[in-house]
Amino acid sequence: MSAGYRHLGHAVERKDARGIVTGKTAFVGDLSVPRMLYGRVLRSPHAHARVISIDTERAESAGGVEAVLTHADVPDWRVGTPRTVPVLAQEVRFVGDAVALVAATTEAAAEAALDLIDVEYEPLPTAFTPDEALAPGAPQLFDEAPGNVVRPGSPWFGPECLTGVMLGDVAQGFAEADVVAEGTCSYENLPNPIPPEPPGAIAQWEDPNSVTFWLSSQAPHQDKTILYYAFGREVEVRVIGGPCGGSYGSKIMSGRLNLQAAALSRATGRPVRLLMTKEEHLAAFTLRIGSRFSGRVGMHRDGTVTAVAGEWLVDTGHYSVTTQAQVAVGCGEAQLAIRCANWDLTNKIVCTNRNASGIVRGFGGQELKCCLLPLFSRAMAEVDLDPFEFFKKNFVKPGDRYLWRDGQSYTYRGADYVPAMEAGAYTFRWREKWKGWLTPTAVEGARRTGVGVAVHGNADVGESVSEAYVRLDSSGRATVYSPATEHGTGQPSNLCKMVAEVLGLPLECVSLTPPDTSVTAYDFGPVGSRGTYAMGSACINAAEEARRQLLERAASMFGANPDELDTADGMVFRRDDSERPVRWQKVLGIDHTIMAAGSYEPDFTLSNCMMSFVEVAVDTETGAVDLLKVVNATDAGLIIDPPGLENQMNGCLGSAGIDSALFEETVLDPSTGRILNPNLIDYKWRTFADLPALQNVVLETPMESHRFHAIGVGEVATAPGPAAALMAVSNAIGAWLGEYPVTPERVLRALGKGEERQPSGQSR
Amino acid sequence: MAESAGTVTLHVNGETYALSVGPHAADVDPAHTLAHTLRETLGLTGTKVSCDRGACGCCTVIMGGRPVLSCMLLTVECDGAQVKTVEGLADPATGALDPLQESFIEHTAFQCGFCTPGILMTGRALLDENPRPTVAEVKEALSGNFCRCITHYHVLEAIDAAISRTGDWS
Repeated sequence: MSAGYRHLGHAVERKDARGIVTGKTAFVGDLSVPRMLYGRVLRSPHAHARVISIDTERAESAGGVEAVLTHADVPDWRVGTPRTVPVLAQEVRFVGDAVALVAATTEAAAEAALDLIDVEYEPLPTAFTPDEALAPGAPQLFDEAPGNVVRPGSPWFGPECLTGVMLGDVAQGFAEADVVAEGTCSYENLPNPIPPEPPGAIAQWEDPNSVTFWLSSQAPHQDKTILYYAFGREVEVRVIGGPCGGSYGSKIMSGRLNLQAAALSRATGRPVRLLMTKEEHLAAFTLRIGSRFSGRVGMHRDGTVTAVAGEWLVDTGHYSVTTQAQVAVGCGEAQLAIRCANWDLTNKIVCTNRNASGIVRGFGGQELKCCLLPLFSRAMAEVDLDPFEFFKKNFVKPGDRYLWRDGQSYTYRGADYVPAMEAGAYTFRWREKWKGWLTPTAVEGARRTGVGVAVHGNADVGESVSEAYVRLDSSGRATVYSPATEHGTGQPSNLCKMVAEVLGLPLECVSLTPPDTSVTAYDFGPVGSRGTYAMGSACINAAEEARRQLLERAASMFGANPDELDTADGMVFRRDDSERPVRWQKVLGIDHTIMAAGSYEPDFTLSNCMMSFVEVAVDTETGAVDLLKVVNATDAGLIIDPPGLENQMNGCLGSAGIDSALFEETVLDPSTGRILNPNLIDYKWRTFADLPALQNVVLETPMESHRFHAIGVGEVATAPGPAAALMAVSNAIGAWLGEYPVTPERVLRALGKGEERQPSGQSR
Repeated sequence: MAESAGTVTLHVNGETYALSVGPHAADVDPAHTLAHTLRETLGLTGTKVSCDRGACGCCTVIMGGRPVLSCMLLTVECDGAQVKTVEGLADPATGALDPLQESFIEHTAFQCGFCTPGILMTGRALLDENPRPTVAEVKEALSGNFCRCITHYHVLEAIDAAISRTGDWS
């Protein structure tokens, strides 16, 4: 529905489309800076060890090698929350931890030099699972995390950062409940979002203390902030971002890699490009957090939830940058999906000897929900309650209150999403397919089909700060100074659309500056589905201010008040006399421009919503699970870009979405801590030959966001699906599953078939 | 192996490149893959490298009419080969985009766009060989192309539309 807009709601050519299909779009690995060197990282074969000695002499004298750095040679720059992780480790904490760096004139020379570095390690005891890390006598990973438990709270979210949900009186809530379900569910398969482009950086150090980065970046200003603190607030940082060959949040976790590139550049006096190989990407870069929930939920027969209590155990791997923040948002999102007055939801973030966990779309909420919702399934089954009706009833409604990530209480003023959910159910034919709990939809010999549903919402659609400038040129063109990088969502083009709409310009007359932090206004970046509302608002406000100044300048030429004037297509005219327009050039003069600023402050009173319906077929002989059908339902307020939105919603399968319930997992060898499937053959991913039927249902109920009444939904597309898939498989086979992914082995075990074996993946 | 051990000749997008085999920066090292030579030696960075192990299809180019994984071929094995990369899809004379490229633009058949060149080359090779493939044949042909944003559905629409529009691809 384009609602009479010139650009919004119309499918138009994305600004970067020609570059992408002709191969001209240059990602960081396609860039070359004069005198550039190539960096490589020597990684630890041990999961926990102390480096006793490093001999770099042979490597240093090898052909083409310009620098070899060890922990003794690098500045004390650190990432993490708290900042515990150095550029290079003396005590390595996972297989793949960075031990030494090489810069050379070719990538091959750098790679070859790694083999010439001799390292002596003293192995230390290890803890690969949260259980091992929390056991008495467990090895301590960091002094800053006593007992391997990370201090809760994120500085990003302020001093009262949400660290759990404590509301009402759970004892009272359980006493009132008609049914109480208790148990443990775990989403500890550590799926990897695996953007096709590996993490990478080019760093150019300039003495004494400034550095320019070209990054594969989703959010250049956020990278800049992370690096500014990592450098001890003593280095001037400039980040030139994207295009970004996929991120799904994960590229924001590139801080340590960026520091390594900077250290090599500082040591050599030359720019250095450091790209991860795909093996490093899978084995040494960040994963989803491991998540396990143990607790109780209580409800009335009608689905009114009376109490939620339990502990969320979060495995962050060897360190954390954003895990505390993910816990905060996850705790907030639980309240958006489950209206309940009584909560005692605690959590524990645990360090283990594997590569770190970090941001992936779903940002904590997906991980918690995967474990919390299956407990509600058990309770619903007790009172024979349809989960669709349950989620419809319990998703946040206007006037509801919830604690959000900053620890403050907010009153929801957004849409009622029930109509969108109903539209999704209709499209999916939920009421036909739902046959009751642990009851298949259909049985054909050994093949049984089952359905599941889940919902997710995120009040971060209005998070954090955005600023933008809009410049009007006398030529009738507008430039938007926003660091929006293209990472797949189409957001840069969408911001141009919004500005073009405000200024009445053809889309080709609006462009963005390069996403360079030295040029653009500040923006937290397109994360948490905030691009549409938060970033959009800043750009709209800047465009409106530019328009106001333009009309004010033009007023005297027309002998009119500014509000009697309007502008379109680079002309100003009287509203009551559009026959005599005046070019912007005449208004501004040839050597003047208008530069206007707009900004946006955080608003946590709106949420988006994604409901996913999933149908699977399970072969009860082999345990194989086949994804048949997915329907996603949402309300976007106003669709800015139909194909872009559709693409984002289709993303529910990949980047560690629904497929993380079905077959995706990072397999850690429990005796060595080595990842056994760090390549794209052994890490399973969905192919073109294996696509389910997928439909997206999008309503357009005007939202109280900005003047175009739109709200973003991209980030949450992956979030409800895994829990829905687990439910669908449980219903198909008539037995509860409580671990992800639903491998044939687990399915057969749930059916009482197959051997008792250690389950695959990371499970206990 | 090259006829003369000293050079390897590639015909890429209609241009002929005679490259010395040797250790210097502008040379082809016997260990260089075709993907490396295209990107680093010839500067044709439209061909992307993602897994570098033949598993993801990002580096697909057309060689001798067939889609090949350029990360799995040594350049010295490709002496005399006719290679087409994404940079060579548009008409060299007019600059007009290939109908498949046009259709990808029209259907926004990309998100991050990193895997798009490989998908386009696989699609082009399929349509050159089989101008009217069934949907199943298209899916089968593309089953080695990794796309993590999940743009598969739009890619299938874009290819379908390109087939319907142009009919005969030869």
